[in-house]
Amino acid sequence: MFTRKFPGIVLALGLGSSAAFSAGPNLGTPIEPAEIAAWDISIQPDGTGLPIGGGTPAQGARIYAQKCVMCHGVNGKGGPFAALVGGTPLTSGIDTPKTIANFWGYSTTVFDFIRRAMPWQQPRSLTDNEVYALTAFILEQNKLIGEDDSMNAETLPKVRMPNRDGFIIRFPDKI
Amino acid sequence: METTPDKQDLEKLEVVAGNGLLDRRAFLRGGAAFAAAVTGYTVARSAAAAPLADDPWSLVPGAISPSYEKRSRFEEKIARTLSNPKGETRTSHARTPHHLINGTFTPNGLHFTIVHSGTPDIDPDKHRLVIHGLVKRPLAFTLEALARYPMVSRMSFVECGGNSAPMFSREPIQASVQALHGLASCAEWTGIPLSTLLEETGIDPKAKWLVAEGADSLALSRSVPLTKALDDAMIALYQNGERLMPGNGYPMRLLLPGWEGNMNVKFLRRLKLVEAPAMSYYETRTYSQILPGGKAYRFYFVQEVKSFITHPSQGLALKGPGYYEISGIAYSGNGRISKVMVSADGGQSWAQAALQEPVLSKAFTRFRAPWRWDGGPAVLQSRAWDEGGNVQPTRAQFVAQRGETHKVPNVLAFPNQHYNSLTSWAIDGKGEVKHVYA
Repeated sequence: MFTRKFPGIVLALGLGSSAAFSAGPNLGTPIEPAEIAAWDISIQPDGTGLPIGGGTPAQGARIYAQKCVMCHGVNGKGGPFAALVGGTPLTSGIDTPKTIANFWGYSTTVFDFIRRAMPWQQPRSLTDNEVYALTAFILEQNKLIGEDDSMNAETLPKVRMPNRDGFIIRFPDKI
Repeated sequence: METTPDKQDLEKLEVVAGNGLLDRRAFLRGGAAFAAAVTGYTVARSAAAAPLADDPWSLVPGAISPSYEKRSRFEEKIARTLSNPKGETRTSHARTPHHLINGTFTPNGLHFTIVHSGTPDIDPDKHRLVIHGLVKRPLAFTLEALARYPMVSRMSFVECGGNSAPMFSREPIQASVQALHGLASCAEWTGIPLSTLLEETGIDPKAKWLVAEGADSLALSRSVPLTKALDDAMIALYQNGERLMPGNGYPMRLLLPGWEGNMNVKFLRRLKLVEAPAMSYYETRTYSQILPGGKAYRFYFVQEVKSFITHPSQGLALKGPGYYEISGIAYSGNGRISKVMVSADGGQSWAQAALQEPVLSKAFTRFRAPWRWDGGPAVLQSRAWDEGGNVQPTRAQFVAQRGETHKVPNVLAFPNQHYNSLTSWAIDGKGEVKHVYA
């Protein structure tokens, strides 16, 4: 009888070895971090996940001129698509265009979004050094770092964004 | 034997609020006479109809049944509106025509979609879902494997955080309910509870969030609290009984019932359990809302209680004085709709609307209210409550907290997000419907 057998099965799993993670179908395939590496591009605000490498604003300027300027305009001032430099105060209104300088809370988000999504037509084609360099260039154009500051896994998370403390958690009980 | 409405009987129907709103049970009380008298938004009954005769299509055998049924050719104009029909390098929105459909479920072809970099052409046999990070053992799942898991079905609306954004305009933008509120839809989703898969990977006690990521070219990613993941989150494989439509995340999406559409990550390929949110582009930039004074909301998550009238609405003119059914959609990311009130005099007086059963948590609920339009000016509004006691704010209450734009924005722009206040439709003496603030 199924109803009598069932508790026995649960008990056997409960006492079993490391294979006994659940009574579910267990149809997933174990996967090693090395196998996930190419997809594992998440960056945390504290810098967790940032790769080795680095780049400077000057290096970034050269890459920007080749791969970014056609959409984002000269020196990031905006072209067919969003400006990467500048921005009006958020007190200008509830529809103020959100920019890196006036809105973004974390410098790591700049690296993360360039790495995962840019250039638009060729995402994930940039090397990590190129992403660091472009991040450095954009931060420098926004006067958030100096023109000789190199960005890497150590320095990038330490860049404090102007609007870091400008946010209110809407429903703290949902977190 | 009497089959035509008895005008005197209709006059006796109980008026419960200003400008001719009738008791929601009028259908039951008025019976057939009331039903026959409802004018509707299409053509009124003609007194001079020609004698009935067979039409040509009744005199020949019909068409062969297709293997996949398509709607009548007479219905092809019922369509989503597209914000980016040429596929330029920007976000594409396709909006649901709420005023041209009815009921509570959105047909798959009319379900709203937003894609930020186009819809990927995913081979389901090569797609993988990886769960890793702060788990006891990272696992990869094929679609074939997931399809063998015990499944659940639930009705759930999905709404973009930017739905109704034109309502932030300081002046009412003249646009249809499709343009104003078309970035919300409702479907039956079938898939695997995420908690089932997380049981198999095991959860490191340090894990508090997961980062969900899609297989689209942006690898769109959002951070989700683990509590939601273990509550009612689903890896959805089916949409209204068939596999997900490409624009809704084929072959699988994260479904977070009642939560901001963008978090319901489509083309889902990776879930990484982490201690803290990633502060991704979409959560800390796009879907954070600037408040008057310059601070901004982060992690809004919940799509709060909301309703709007779909019939009548702009584009659906009334065909002369008489009886109409006012109907619309109500929903809440906090649970079931408990009550919808309808006004025909701009909020001076209210009548309770009937709710179409079943009323389901975090799903569209159709409300209906019978109305006798006397041909004079009227302003229609709806206001919803949910089972948690949350009430849809009036526009004055909402604007006091969330603000308005200085200029009138383009109807396709997103000046701000998470609008859940009232929508008002003004009817003029000709039966034309205009969007107003009241």
